[in-house]
Amino acid sequence: MTETPLFSYTLRLADNALILGHRVSEWVGHAPVLEEDLALGNLALDLIGQSRSFYTYAGEIEGKGRDEDALAYLRDAGGYRNALLVEQPNGDFAQTIVRHLLYSAYAHPYFDALTRSKDAMLAAIAAKAVKEMAYHVRHTAEWTIRLGDGSDESHRRTQNALDELWPYTGELFENDQIERALIDTGIAVNPSDIRTRWSKTLDEVFEDATLTRPRDGYMQSGGRSGRHSEHLGFILTELQYLQRSHPGAKW
Amino acid sequence: MVSAVATHSLGQLARDQLERAWEAASAVVDPEVPVLTIADLGVLRDVQIVEGFIEATITPTYSGCPAMNLIALNVEAALEEAGFVMPRIKTVLSPAWTTDWMTEEGKAKLRAYGIAPPAGKASRRALFGEDEVTCPHCGSGNTQRISEFGSTACKALWRCKACAEPFDYFKCI
Repeated sequence: MTETPLFSYTLRLADNALILGHRVSEWVGHAPVLEEDLALGNLALDLIGQSRSFYTYAGEIEGKGRDEDALAYLRDAGGYRNALLVEQPNGDFAQTIVRHLLYSAYAHPYFDALTRSKDAMLAAIAAKAVKEMAYHVRHTAEWTIRLGDGSDESHRRTQNALDELWPYTGELFENDQIERALIDTGIAVNPSDIRTRWSKTLDEVFEDATLTRPRDGYMQSGGRSGRHSEHLGFILTELQYLQRSHPGAKW
Repeated sequence: MVSAVATHSLGQLARDQLERAWEAASAVVDPEVPVLTIADLGVLRDVQIVEGFIEATITPTYSGCPAMNLIALNVEAALEEAGFVMPRIKTVLSPAWTTDWMTEEGKAKLRAYGIAPPAGKASRRALFGEDEVTCPHCGSGNTQRISEFGSTACKALWRCKACAEPFDYFKCI
């Protein structure tokens, strides 16, 4: 294990943003209405932009000459550190929206706290990202309310999505040895500090959406240390195809 | 005495250069909103002489703004055209760009172009707050948001209920 904790931590932030950004980008051209197609494209763009900043910084920390592209395109699934939530399939529209709400309601207060990091670069990236994530929370909260408090069919699908994705939320609040040292020195965010805010945002949305908050039972875990569901391999196959088939291709 | 004069004129020379460099760089327009210069937008943050070369500092509006690469290239080209050798472009993220930096002139140009400029101060905007947006075509305040996300990351889709025209709104962040 030659990685520094700061490198691993930055990579986790980058991977969360890239994988969710890629997932959301799969909707482009397929969204239910044109406005939503544009919206999802914009959400994806924000996330991919955030990942680029984090990857560039991770490459500098590592100091081995890897740039954002090397980190995004030339690592296998086992090297990815994103939470399992963000790699879950798009499913129906409700599943995409609920997944995005669960993540953005977390990322918004998380980046807000990260703006106070003792690491100036992480704080700077977070200061941009926090403004963007505010829009993501607002957009997905509005949709969740519309779908949950909509027809019987949309309510059923949204509740199903919530029940199915809930077991992936526990991992967002884990902290391991890598992060604890960084939390103690004021560099990383302690996710338990933002849990109340996350929970409150969701409870308010669920109430308006007439959705039932699932109980905290068994929680899935592993993505942050490289143990992924089968879905990530399929994502990377598409994401990395060009650089794998034509190594070093530029245009 | 001689050296004092030399220092003074060198300082003057540097100031002239910086002024010319700022003029060249600040004339570059946003490729997606071509009525606005990057100075109007607040994207151009600074122009300095670093190690004998002109260095322009720019900041992205959104993390994923696809126009940033092109803006950097265009600033480089504008500086070269103005006679500066090997200009450098530095991108900074902090302090994070805000629509509060947009000049009044910039807002007026946006309105004339048919895009509603950001309304109010970004700092006062609450997470679930709603903006009061004025129609850039007829000036009515009777407007409605169609979608939070428009043709680019920095814009939202709105429509005017008075004149029935749809329009882009430059989001307040």
